[in-house]
Amino acid sequence: MNPFSTEALLAALKAQLPGVTVELQRNEAPSAQHSWLIAAQDAVVVAQWLRDKEGFDFCSNVTGVDWPTYLEVVYHLYSIEKRIGPVILRMRTGDRDKSVHLPSLTHVWRAAELQEREIFDLYGVIFDGHADLRRILMWDGFEGHPMRRDYVEPDDYEYEPTAHDHVAERASKHTTGGAE
Amino acid sequence: MNTELLGVPPDTITRREVIYDQEGETLEISMGPHHPSTHGVFRMDVRLEGERIVRLKPVIGYLHRNHEKIAEGTTYLGSIPYTDRLDYFCSLTNNWAYCMAVEQLAGFEVPDRAQYLRVILSELTRLQNHASAVGFLVQDMGASGTPIMYAFREREKILDLFEALTGSRMMCNYMRFGGCRVDLPAGWIDQLKALMKTLPAFLEEFEKLLVSNEILMARTQGVGVLSAKLAVNAGVTGPMLRATGVNYDLRKVDGYGFYPRFEFKVPLGEHGDVYDRYMIRVLEMRESVKILNQAIEQLPEGPIIDPKAKLRGFRPKPGESYGRLEAPKGELGFYLISDGSPNPYRYRVRPPSFVNLTILEDMCLGANIADAVIILGSVDIVLGEVDR
Repeated sequence: MNPFSTEALLAALKAQLPGVTVELQRNEAPSAQHSWLIAAQDAVVVAQWLRDKEGFDFCSNVTGVDWPTYLEVVYHLYSIEKRIGPVILRMRTGDRDKSVHLPSLTHVWRAAELQEREIFDLYGVIFDGHADLRRILMWDGFEGHPMRRDYVEPDDYEYEPTAHDHVAERASKHTTGGAE
Repeated sequence: MNTELLGVPPDTITRREVIYDQEGETLEISMGPHHPSTHGVFRMDVRLEGERIVRLKPVIGYLHRNHEKIAEGTTYLGSIPYTDRLDYFCSLTNNWAYCMAVEQLAGFEVPDRAQYLRVILSELTRLQNHASAVGFLVQDMGASGTPIMYAFREREKILDLFEALTGSRMMCNYMRFGGCRVDLPAGWIDQLKALMKTLPAFLEEFEKLLVSNEILMARTQGVGVLSAKLAVNAGVTGPMLRATGVNYDLRKVDGYGFYPRFEFKVPLGEHGDVYDRYMIRVLEMRESVKILNQAIEQLPEGPIIDPKAKLRGFRPKPGESYGRLEAPKGELGFYLISDGSPNPYRYRVRPPSFVNLTILEDMCLGANIADAVIILGSVDIVLGEVDR
């Protein structure tokens, strides 16, 4: 890994894109992986700048965190071209029960596609602009978002669909000509 | 899908499937979750036009047990045995990745001998994973029995070594924060040396069995082609990425552990097809043997765990860390957030084979349905890790 300073890169970003709201979040652990807290409306601009101007072509990890009042999404970015990293982006939603929309970065890095779906599934963050935002690990009829800290398991999971339900439904429609 | 159930207004979701939805002209097939070629409980919703694939959606979650939630309710130490069960072929690299994240979070130093042991065990893991992955791939092509049994014969010998050292063949639970759990038993290194003498012959034989095989070449060359640009953008890692020609191996890039001390090459592909992915795995096995021979030579005496490392009652200071390493299937990362309590506030696994599935549809579009089986085989997924 080549030497790299996330503070210097942040200074370059602020010089080149003066309008965006970004602040450095220091990490006191020995890993010293500091992150950037970006405003949701600037996320796509910053992401595109990082990818196209600074060569951060590889989005390694995308994950959600449930904090007491808001939800947070974290992106770990590396550059395969320059062999530097990580740049860590964080975005926050508003009130975690009412406004859970964040912009999707799948158009910048497709690596986020399944991982954002997972965050939607487990945390309930809605990514605007995601092309295929469906549940991924839980089944479609599942209610709630199990990775949230206040999630309460129901007493029993009565409804568990089989894998073939919707195929069987279409097949029956086909054979009966939709008469049912 | 009924989007209203999720509390999402339907118009916020654009659905690509509508484009292909022409009743009567295409055939929809649900492959899996109990299909022998899906390597576990994995399902592909496939839409076919004749035999050509026009849509393929991976459906996962059948083995989901919310590993991350369980780990958030457990101590840091308590999660190590559970990491074995992610990618159950490669429990030792899972242990290492998790311990690496914790070591970064708490600042533990790993003693030299433990570093060497970690390299030796992770290269043995890579050897047995790649041997079985190639064996399974050939099995998917219809060469039933022989190649996979050749691979498993050698894998048994490696698992015997794991058992002698850790007490378990697959669920090793061996590494600890700041080192390893136990030292080598008597005679272990001699057993490993003996194995290293026979392995090159096995690799020769294995390669010869397959590399000049006309059927195998016809089935794999030019099939499931992935471009380097898309692979990088989609976060594909491991042998799949290197098969497209991108030189990115974390053992070289991050130089974690003691890997900078060893001489080895990173094999690269040219075409990014199934054949290249298979060849990369065969060539990586040779490099692993090289690393192992050097590590056996250099293995020093000394302690195997950092005396400062605390295992029980361990409460790291608030902070976070992302540790990643080159697991046999790609980049395995662990992201931890500590709030100073005995349990991690956030525990995240970045599983390589889950992210590698992102571009499964892109590789399969336009291919025959029979090829989807080997394209999936070449991704080398383990559902314990995909579903967590």
